[in-house]
Amino acid sequence: MTTATTQPAKPPRRLPQEANILMVLIGISVVFEILGWITQGQSFLGNPQRLSIMILQVSVIGIIAIGVTQVIILGGIDLSSGSVVGATAMISMSLAQAGSFDRAIYPGLTDLPVIVPVIVGLLVGLLAGMVNGALIAYTKIPPFIATLGMMVAARGFAKWYTKGQPISFPTDSFAALGKGMTPVFIFLLVAAVFHVALKYTRYGKYTYAIGANPQAARVSGINVEQHIVKIYAVAGLLSALAGIVVTARGLTAQAGMGVMYELDAIAMAVIGGVSLSGGRGTILGTMIGMVIFGVIISGFTFLRLDAYYQEMIKGAIIVAAVVADVHRQKKRVKKA
Amino acid sequence: MVSATTAAAVDRVRKRIETEGILAIRGIRKEFPGVLALDDVQLKIRPGTVHALMGENGAGKSTLMKIIAGIYQPDAGEILLRGEPVTLKSPLDALEQGISMIHQELALMSWMTVAENIWIRREPKNAFGLIDHGRMARQTQELFDRLNIRLDPLAQVSELTVAQKQMVEIAKAVSHNSDVLIMDEPTSAITETEVEHLFTIIRDLRARGVGIVYITHKMNELFEIADEFTVFRDGRYVGTHNAADVNRDDIIRMMVGREITDMFPKVDCPIGDVVLEVQNLTIPGVFHDVSFQLRQGEILGLAGLVGSKRSNVAEAIFGVAPASSGEILIDGLPVQITSPKVAMQHGMAFLTEDRKETGCFLMLDCLENIQTALITRSHVRAGFIDQKTVTRLAEEMAAKLRVKTPNLAEKVENLSGGNQQKLLIARWLLTKPRILILDEPTRGIDVGAKSEIHRLITGLAAEGVAILMISSELPEVLGMSDRIMVMHEGHVSGFLDRSEADQVKIMDLAAR
Repeated sequence: MTTATTQPAKPPRRLPQEANILMVLIGISVVFEILGWITQGQSFLGNPQRLSIMILQVSVIGIIAIGVTQVIILGGIDLSSGSVVGATAMISMSLAQAGSFDRAIYPGLTDLPVIVPVIVGLLVGLLAGMVNGALIAYTKIPPFIATLGMMVAARGFAKWYTKGQPISFPTDSFAALGKGMTPVFIFLLVAAVFHVALKYTRYGKYTYAIGANPQAARVSGINVEQHIVKIYAVAGLLSALAGIVVTARGLTAQAGMGVMYELDAIAMAVIGGVSLSGGRGTILGTMIGMVIFGVIISGFTFLRLDAYYQEMIKGAIIVAAVVADVHRQKKRVKKA
Repeated sequence: MVSATTAAAVDRVRKRIETEGILAIRGIRKEFPGVLALDDVQLKIRPGTVHALMGENGAGKSTLMKIIAGIYQPDAGEILLRGEPVTLKSPLDALEQGISMIHQELALMSWMTVAENIWIRREPKNAFGLIDHGRMARQTQELFDRLNIRLDPLAQVSELTVAQKQMVEIAKAVSHNSDVLIMDEPTSAITETEVEHLFTIIRDLRARGVGIVYITHKMNELFEIADEFTVFRDGRYVGTHNAADVNRDDIIRMMVGREITDMFPKVDCPIGDVVLEVQNLTIPGVFHDVSFQLRQGEILGLAGLVGSKRSNVAEAIFGVAPASSGEILIDGLPVQITSPKVAMQHGMAFLTEDRKETGCFLMLDCLENIQTALITRSHVRAGFIDQKTVTRLAEEMAAKLRVKTPNLAEKVENLSGGNQQKLLIARWLLTKPRILILDEPTRGIDVGAKSEIHRLITGLAAEGVAILMISSELPEVLGMSDRIMVMHEGHVSGFLDRSEADQVKIMDLAAR
């Protein structure tokens, strides 16, 4: 506001927005801790096993959320993530089956090196994302519609692939991708890469610029259409990665895998302060949002709250996060 | 039977309308952040007259009309309708109190029929409370017969031409039987025969006692249809006269009466070779056969009224919306400019008209705003930005342009309009342009920042940058330009040299 321009001497020390979200995380954790002692007579946080399970649970969707974060910063939305998980799970697993299994999908293609199912799976996700991006950038249809179409189509593909039959018995090297804490490490690696990309590269600057004002971005010489395709392609790629990890961990692939993952990933990003109107948000914020999400789910289970209540409360939290975002936007408009 | 008291009341109202007019505006003031749009303006509309409202772009005509139509609320002043003070809380409120407006932008629902559009919210109902489509069509036909409009009431609006849509808008406004009818540039989209038709309708309404406010830029229309006219200038009231008492030159003088001050320090500098040449640039229906040359170190001012399509020409040259025919030559060589990126490769930069819509990234910080254009071209290795160098360049440029901000991490939405504008200029200067297109470089910013920007532009010209400057402010155009190109409705209507140009000559070319 005006104070900023009239007092040039003192640069305002502003806490990053992530600090607020971190406070929310701490607050929620403390509430569960207190409720834990009251109702269960035990600590919620003082249980390393519970915490590691929680992190493991959210990491797979967290990988998707890293891509979804970028799509939302760009001013879009991706509803196809969960279906892309299903499609890539099926394809990857069909190429990752062990030779010792006598009813493999492709009997001639068993015991392949782990790189084959991984690369093919990633390519499928990349392709799905590029189709999303191209539809949005060049036909100008709303992202909601384009990715809704992909959501339905990719799920259909997953079901058609084996006519609904699950695929099992992966090679040990493929199964290793989902073993133990590997999914968490994969998530951290992905998060680190895109944290750096959003902050220090042209790729990131373009993403924020297009999300903040696509017309201004275009006039500034940015190829807006091309960048939109890129971001959706990355989102598709990361959904595929999540699909590979989840199927490796489960040792089986089913056409129904990943249902609702897109909404959980969007929720993590929104809880983490990524603005649905575009232009604002960080990977760090989404990571905190992801942990908040995990704490809530794990906390309710810990309190033995019925699963139905859990879903209803989850819905309320997502809406609350968006209301908070809209409220922030309103304050901004008033200032301007 | 009318009782004596009622008769007396009716008489009082009639008297008041005689003295105050059907609509009277007094002391209206309206301020937007950073801009005083209207300052103590007045207007009086007598029943059964057509009152033209005249003024340059930004004179405050449309703002006042939006206040009268209930879209904006005034900060001060009063509105008297039929002699009674009223507050108009919303467009619906204004409509219900007897004020209709035909908007400049057509506001019809494309996927509904003509009849549905006209009677929306007032649909005739049958005995079951459901909409009676038959009666609605008949009512529409009656209305059209009265206005002599030949259109099918059941046609879908999306299938109509712009002129037909305009007629539907007019019929809709008339159907409210309002006492006051506001028309904001009603003829901008229609042909001459349709204008005649419109005037017949207007004369008919006038005969019925309706007070009509008619906003126009076209002088000949003013003399053909208006009884009285009021001129605004820079948000202030200038005067009201009978149309019969004045001529065209009087009105232009009232409209442009501003004094040229020494705010615009254009210094003489050597003018070099032709850098940019435009030949017969055309987008059918938008602008036609635009040709001009721009030289090194020259400032070419581009003047014209709203609807002259000046900005469209600039957008075509910069590749935002490329032209469909015509040629652009840079240093004498023809080039194909298909996108802003290509334009930048040829050394062009384009400061757009609307800072908020197409310029700033409001939610991002100053540094990000300044560096956007630069990093599309240089200072990037393997995708990574050489942030140290870019930040240094940005800081130097911000300091040189005297952008007032505590630091470059400040969000741009917290800056004043003038500083936002300087930031955008900084963005473009970092790309070291040879050709700079400025669209309204000082719109909506305060006087101090304005003269700083003018000094800056002059400095750039002295360094040899070729500058095309679009401006609606005649003193700015006159003070800054070496030459002035004037546009009128998508055509170049003339060039004026610095030595011969004055406000009256420009308006003469711009207003036809």
